[in-house]
Amino acid sequence: MSRRTKSRLFVAAMMLCLGVSFGTLAWLLVTTLIDGIPALSQQLFIDPPSTVAEEAGARPAILATVYLAALLLLMAVPVGVLTAIYLEEYARKERWYNRLLELNIQNLAAVPSIVYGILGLAFVVRGPVSVGRVLLAGAIILTLLVLPTVIIASREAIRAVPGSIRQGGYALGATKWQVVSRQVLPASIPGIATGSILALSRAVGETAPLLLIGALQYVAFDPTILGAFTALPVQIYTWVKLPDPAFQTLAAAGIIVLLAIVLSMNAIAIFLRNRYRQTW
Amino acid sequence: MTQMESEQIAPTTRPRLSADSPSIDSGRIAEVSLGTPREEIERRERVFHVDDLDVSYGDNLVLRDVSIDIFEHTVTAFIGPSGCGKSTFIRCFNRMNDLIPNARVTGTVEYHGRDLYARVVDPVEVRRRIGMVFQKPNPFPKSIYDNVAFGPRVLGTKHGLDERVERCLRRAALWDEVKNRLGDSALSLSGGQQQRLCIARALATEPDVLLMDEPASALDPIATAAIEDLMRELKRDYTIIVVTHNMQQAARVADLTAFFSVELGEDGVDRHGVLVEYDTTTKLFTQPADRRTEDYVTGRFG
Repeated sequence: MSRRTKSRLFVAAMMLCLGVSFGTLAWLLVTTLIDGIPALSQQLFIDPPSTVAEEAGARPAILATVYLAALLLLMAVPVGVLTAIYLEEYARKERWYNRLLELNIQNLAAVPSIVYGILGLAFVVRGPVSVGRVLLAGAIILTLLVLPTVIIASREAIRAVPGSIRQGGYALGATKWQVVSRQVLPASIPGIATGSILALSRAVGETAPLLLIGALQYVAFDPTILGAFTALPVQIYTWVKLPDPAFQTLAAAGIIVLLAIVLSMNAIAIFLRNRYRQTW
Repeated sequence: MTQMESEQIAPTTRPRLSADSPSIDSGRIAEVSLGTPREEIERRERVFHVDDLDVSYGDNLVLRDVSIDIFEHTVTAFIGPSGCGKSTFIRCFNRMNDLIPNARVTGTVEYHGRDLYARVVDPVEVRRRIGMVFQKPNPFPKSIYDNVAFGPRVLGTKHGLDERVERCLRRAALWDEVKNRLGDSALSLSGGQQQRLCIARALATEPDVLLMDEPASALDPIATAAIEDLMRELKRDYTIIVVTHNMQQAARVADLTAFFSVELGEDGVDRHGVLVEYDTTTKLFTQPADRRTEDYVTGRFG
């Protein structure tokens, strides 16, 4: 086989892989849109769920998902970024406890979400924290779930700031905190924002841990932080299980809404990244 | 250094260094009055007094038993082959080695008679007084103005920033090129301009010493000449220590030159840097006392 043929074969193989993933995605998107658009009405956003498909909406679930995303942002990002700063800038790598911490975080990122659900049930809903089956418990569990990802993404962003910038700062008589807060952090914000929001948008679609800690399947009232709740993925799951085909349509509409939420979060990530890149 | 002496150096060193040395040297060397006699330099105030300094990274000895005096308003050059520890050494003067986790510095480094490594000395304060310029220009990803203002700002200076920024940019011979675009990103400047910006930035904390670690090695000949002009100009107000791998550069700018070399340890495996010879640049290049210096400056080794 000539070198040219090999080269062409490789391109063909890449195109095939690209085609498979793109095709699958497009197919999913198109079928969901066809199924869901008929049910995508105002009613979906303003009505609570109902046993009658024609009257059912997802307002409590949509609101709860928005609340969850906001709480996640407030809890996971500060904790994750500060942990990443500690590990990258302050931790002495030769200390055993720092190495253990690092290993732990990497492993935690690979733990299945259902395990976080079990942990949450034992420690947050019941056990030491005992907040009950409330929205805050869901947010705490999702925070734990995304924390490793946020930490890893933030560390990557911090590590990408060249050492010469830090040296330059120190050489001008800056303290460690001044170097971190005025040089390292601003330079790594685009990466941190992107990584964090992508992690959050994944968490927003999580179903298993929320089901496990007892997110309700029918909630007819607007959620509060310390009240019972459902979430959009849980609502979709509930609808899909019902035999009436009208609910399948509702589920498809719910998926479209969830997709819109996730995609707009990703759009915010891209916007933040570009904006910060421009100001320098 | 006189015209005649510079010609003694040139024939042997030029072939090795032609890639990064400007073609304008011989004329340039003649017009600069280096070659100040040693006795006269030694009458100046001693800024640094280093005695019996060892530096090691972990178990690895990098520099052994260095003793040297650095004099005020003098350009002192450190030359030597790679791995001789000259960059490590220059970092001892502003305690940058403190930032390397397992670096250990033992011995005496006195700055105007005060022990730089005493327990009560804050390295952050040291670095304000002793500025540093690095091998590769490292402007912050901020505007030109913010780069120069960074040092004063971290020290809490808020008033008179505009004047200080202008003054430092003028001193670094950069003002005329950037005065109309102070808000532009520093990364939009050329390499030579970036390095002069880094010098302006270092001057903004009002240091009295400037450490320059191969400041021109990443620059083209024209930009190199600009940096060297600047060094000769700045030594009137500052004390300058420069590490260079370019011997002609040392010959062009330095009053005193220290030659470092690599020495094998007793086990025959460990290698560490030692200070071989320290004298006026003229003497070191024309009548070196040590065989190793002679081999290096004549291009037989290095």
